[in-house]
Amino acid sequence: MDMISLAHAAVVPVILANLALLASSRLVTCIRLVALQGAVISVTPLIFESGPLTVHTAVLCAVALGLKGVVFPLLLHRTLRRVVVRHEIEPYLGYPLSILLGILGLLASLWLAGRLGVPAGSYRSFAAAFAAILTGLLLIVTRKKAFTQVMGYLTAENGIFLLTAVLAPGGPLFIELAILLDVFVAVFVMGIAIHHINRQFDCIDTDRFCSLKD
Amino acid sequence: MLLAILVILPFVLGGAAFLCRTGPAGRGLLVAGAGAHLILSVAAVFGRPEALFGGILLLDALGGLFLLLTSILFAAAAVYAVGYLAKEHGDERRDFQEGAFFSNAPQTVFIACLFFFLGSMTLVTATHHLGLLWAAIEATTLASAPLIYFHRHHRSLEAAWKYLVICSVGIALALVGNILLAAAGGAGAPDTESSLYLGDLLARAKTMNPMWFKAGFVFLMVGYGAKMGLAPMHTWLPDAHSESPSLVSALLSGALLNCAFLGILRAHQIGVAAGLADFCSPIFIGLGLFSMVTAAVFIIGQGDFKRILAYSSVEHMGILSLAVGLGGAAVFGGMLHAAAHSVTKAMLFLLAGNILAAFHTKSSHDARGVIRALPVTGILWVAGFLAITGSPPFGIFLSELTILKAALDAGRFVLAAAYLGLLGLIFCGMAVPVLRMAQGPSTPHIDPGPRGEDALSVGPPLVLGGLTLLLGLYAPSFFSDLLTRAAALASGM
Repeated sequence: MDMISLAHAAVVPVILANLALLASSRLVTCIRLVALQGAVISVTPLIFESGPLTVHTAVLCAVALGLKGVVFPLLLHRTLRRVVVRHEIEPYLGYPLSILLGILGLLASLWLAGRLGVPAGSYRSFAAAFAAILTGLLLIVTRKKAFTQVMGYLTAENGIFLLTAVLAPGGPLFIELAILLDVFVAVFVMGIAIHHINRQFDCIDTDRFCSLKD
Repeated sequence: MLLAILVILPFVLGGAAFLCRTGPAGRGLLVAGAGAHLILSVAAVFGRPEALFGGILLLDALGGLFLLLTSILFAAAAVYAVGYLAKEHGDERRDFQEGAFFSNAPQTVFIACLFFFLGSMTLVTATHHLGLLWAAIEATTLASAPLIYFHRHHRSLEAAWKYLVICSVGIALALVGNILLAAAGGAGAPDTESSLYLGDLLARAKTMNPMWFKAGFVFLMVGYGAKMGLAPMHTWLPDAHSESPSLVSALLSGALLNCAFLGILRAHQIGVAAGLADFCSPIFIGLGLFSMVTAAVFIIGQGDFKRILAYSSVEHMGILSLAVGLGGAAVFGGMLHAAAHSVTKAMLFLLAGNILAAFHTKSSHDARGVIRALPVTGILWVAGFLAITGSPPFGIFLSELTILKAALDAGRFVLAAAYLGLLGLIFCGMAVPVLRMAQGPSTPHIDPGPRGEDALSVGPPLVLGGLTLLLGLYAPSFFSDLLTRAAALASGM
């Protein structure tokens, strides 16, 4: 397969994972979906690289794959085991409506890609990346559990990683690693925070957060 | 080398904080580290060290100004922390708001996170690579979230979680903005090299794809705007500022918001160079005015005095945004305003900490007679209120006047009238609670502590108050030169 069709093939699981995330009601399924999406996205820099494989791209893909495919799911499973989850995901918004919004988000991403004049080779990847970012935001806004908000953050981060691979590859390696380190620490800190939320409130529903307002 | 040491030192000290077994050793390390950082910062800002790693570490006047402010505030907060941590050290304590018991985070963790927070803010000011700038701003969120959750009860946890989620997501949008900005240079074409070095982006600005730049700028504005506390993305700010320890609120408000502002200014520099200032200005002015309106609405009738200070920060961030949007002489006013707001707001938060410690309430209705009970704190509290609302002869008066004059010179009379009206409203809204707190007989059950007002609790706000007065009366030539150079960079000249 040539580069463009490979890129197109990679787009399919990303978009499917977006929609599946919006439809799934189990936290464990969410962790797997985000990990799968992250793993696919981690290798996209290899596809978009023109010319022979560089050490830079190889290291970046290996680190991203390790983090998104292995470390994050392990960390999240560990967090999930330590907290009390009485009900699985309780959305403020029903699943059919979530999926509908997800599809609208995908259409909006395609529109934006057209509006910005993204070249044909990266058009679909751009739209998929942007749709992942929108899906992440949607998960954060419409789900009750603190845990699902972390999933939303990670989905958005997956989209951003893909967007970097499409639009701005080849930045200094250590800066791209610094960004991944930030995401790692963020997941770690949020995991600790969820643990504390669980101890404090006996559940991880963010609608318990109602004591601070004007 | 100086810049590298300046950035790495706080991280090393943060690691060392974990090794300090005793309380006094940790606090000593905090003050020593803050002092060393201040000395190195002054040397870096006025010594103009050479760029390192091909411009990844580079300190220009704009970064230098914010570095200096961060370092001064951190030193003041570190001295204040010595007294604060000595008192807060120890076992379970009763929450004065709800009566439940809670404990504090370990002191080692608190001091380590303070150092990590300082290190990431230093990196924000000292880099010219927008990707690293982003990573550093995200690091400030992660380092400061545990600081907000120092008192381990459910309100601070709620504040810390909101802060973590809203700012991380906001910042994620800023990363999208960065990517679009990098692509704007090459318009996403596969063969063009994309770059996030500020210098490269400025050099390519003329040939930049304007559509991509505009998209990137909007994302950056929303993302860093959330972190800076511009309305309507400010929702984390009042909660985080009211629930964190006062010295942390001082650093959040005085130093961190400026760092996010720096991220926006970098994008603005590129916009001006690309000839797109007309696109950026209305966004700056719109968000600025909206922030001032939001602050006015929430300050009036607000009972919690730490939340009043937090909303006042939203107001002042709005003024900064407005100043940049107006351009020209207003940008100089904006730089002066950033400096004056930082020191004044940090002073007020430290004083709020003293009042909170003695009166055990955050309500401006219950904390009465502050001047009688805590004379130095009370008088500084009133002086700080006058300074923050732009009364002469303090620094903020001068900066707000400069911005007003620039608006009038540009013929934007409606804008100037709205600006003045909002400032007046906020003055009245703050005067009522602050003066009510200051005057009158003091509440019977107050606890000024075993030593009353000690030097550690009133010294740092006193010094910061002196600085804000000095900014209004006399700026030494080396400082006004720094402001002028920073303003020239920020307005893209």
